[in-house]
Amino acid sequence: MNNAFIIGQYVPGNSLVHRLDPRTKITVIFFFVFIVFFANSLASYSILTAFSLASMLTTRIPVRYILKGLTPVWFLIIFTFTLHIFVTKQGTVLVEIFNLKIYSGGVIQGFAISMRFFLLILVTSLLTLTTTPIEITDAIEDMLHPLKKIKFPVHELALMMSISLRFIPTLMQETDKISKAQASRGVDFKTGSIKDRVKAVVPLLVPLFVSAFKRAEELAMAMEARGYRGGEGRTKLRELKIMKLDIAIFILFAAVAAGLFLTRVY
Amino acid sequence: MREALVEFRNVSFRYGEDQPWVLKQVSFTIYKNEWIAIIGHNGSGKSTIAKLMNGLLFPQEGTILINNVPVNEETIWDIRKEVGMVFQNPDNQFVGTTVQDDVAFGMENRGIPREEMVKRIDETLTAVGMESYRLTEPHRLSGGQKQRVAIASVLAISPELLILDEATAMLDPKGRMEIMQTVSNVRERLQLTLLTITHDLQEVVQAERVIVMNEGEKWKEASPREIFAEKKELQRIGLDVPFIATLAEELKQQGMPITNEPLNHEELLEDLWTLHSKM
Repeated sequence: MNNAFIIGQYVPGNSLVHRLDPRTKITVIFFFVFIVFFANSLASYSILTAFSLASMLTTRIPVRYILKGLTPVWFLIIFTFTLHIFVTKQGTVLVEIFNLKIYSGGVIQGFAISMRFFLLILVTSLLTLTTTPIEITDAIEDMLHPLKKIKFPVHELALMMSISLRFIPTLMQETDKISKAQASRGVDFKTGSIKDRVKAVVPLLVPLFVSAFKRAEELAMAMEARGYRGGEGRTKLRELKIMKLDIAIFILFAAVAAGLFLTRVY
Repeated sequence: MREALVEFRNVSFRYGEDQPWVLKQVSFTIYKNEWIAIIGHNGSGKSTIAKLMNGLLFPQEGTILINNVPVNEETIWDIRKEVGMVFQNPDNQFVGTTVQDDVAFGMENRGIPREEMVKRIDETLTAVGMESYRLTEPHRLSGGQKQRVAIASVLAISPELLILDEATAMLDPKGRMEIMQTVSNVRERLQLTLLTITHDLQEVVQAERVIVMNEGEKWKEASPREIFAEKKELQRIGLDVPFIATLAEELKQQGMPITNEPLNHEELLEDLWTLHSKM
């Protein structure tokens, strides 16, 4: 049962990618998403693919596991590919079935777009695979820090996120308990029409909400008793530190980006 | 005369204007470094007392002094440094995503530098015997372990007064033992005033002094032994008398000359096996 409690899809490890500062990962991925749309030639796609595959392999997470995580996206990738094959009418005609003509331009375009899609999803999923949710929260808090000047509640937002993360397993255990308690009183969650099953969820949700509110109230009291008074003058135990490794990754990524733009120029 | 740490002077409290009084003119003093227990049935006002000491609630009448400083809106932040609380529900007071984050929470709130935090996390987790669980998430801990972490989090701020507000009520017997063990260990190591609030008479035997609350009033204030002697009265106000005390009472009625009021197995045994020499 504990397996179901792994939040997100984080895979523990100590690889180079795991050890990177989460801010480095988020920044690099942000710019990667950006430059993927500048790829337009075989050379540029090769550079991006090499970069993504290299990152994927350095995580030391089994490739099969990563690809399995992409299952829901495969459908989308294939769908875009097919769409492009039939809709794009450029280049020479390759095959003609009945009245449908498949052009070479369509196939190339289809490949390019699907590849773009695949790389985007792959690289972004590497973030959640190698970074714990709490690290991501810390990174977001740190990166949004400048917004404090315009009174954006950065600290509160981060605290909300970390408390939600902490309570997800607790509330899941609770849901499990309530559903068993209700099942023992004759609520049927598994059979019947969709309408019946949706109705059966009500006796599950109501007690869950009531208890969540009660928990929130008690937690607020406990936090106050421990001297919580907002973000002012707070220190932090979890520290983010930019290491030499992070700088190296930035340089590497800059080289990749530069390489990509060079292929466009020449 | 010992130095007073907490003083309640004619404190009355109610949750709203149209609500009945939860506390009625309660006065008592807690001295430094003593172990004191407050017992009472549900709704006797015992938890309200704890919340008043920490400035989570304010009384309508009377004054509360902590280290001779009155508890009010301006002083609560300093007072919360002196008064640490462990609550009943182990889950609803665990703020951090891991054990060490939770211990750090109170220190983070007070702006303690990081190096100091790391040091204190080590010390306090060792004190409660949880040092090997530093990176464990709360849902992988038992209730007793969570409460030990809660105690560590409070100790990290090095308060003068530690309040356990029914901290063992939701635990199984094993967890309860763990907590009581931890608490006595901690008390041996640190200079600490301890206030345990409970409805379980078994938990007050180690205390030096017991305050019994009933219907918002201080019903009695005495040593555990004196309290145990009044079994009928305790039962009348809705408290469970421990088995040993009941057994001793029965034996007395059978004509056994048990003079001391035994608090635990050992004491009763001591009384019984020396019985012959007394007769």
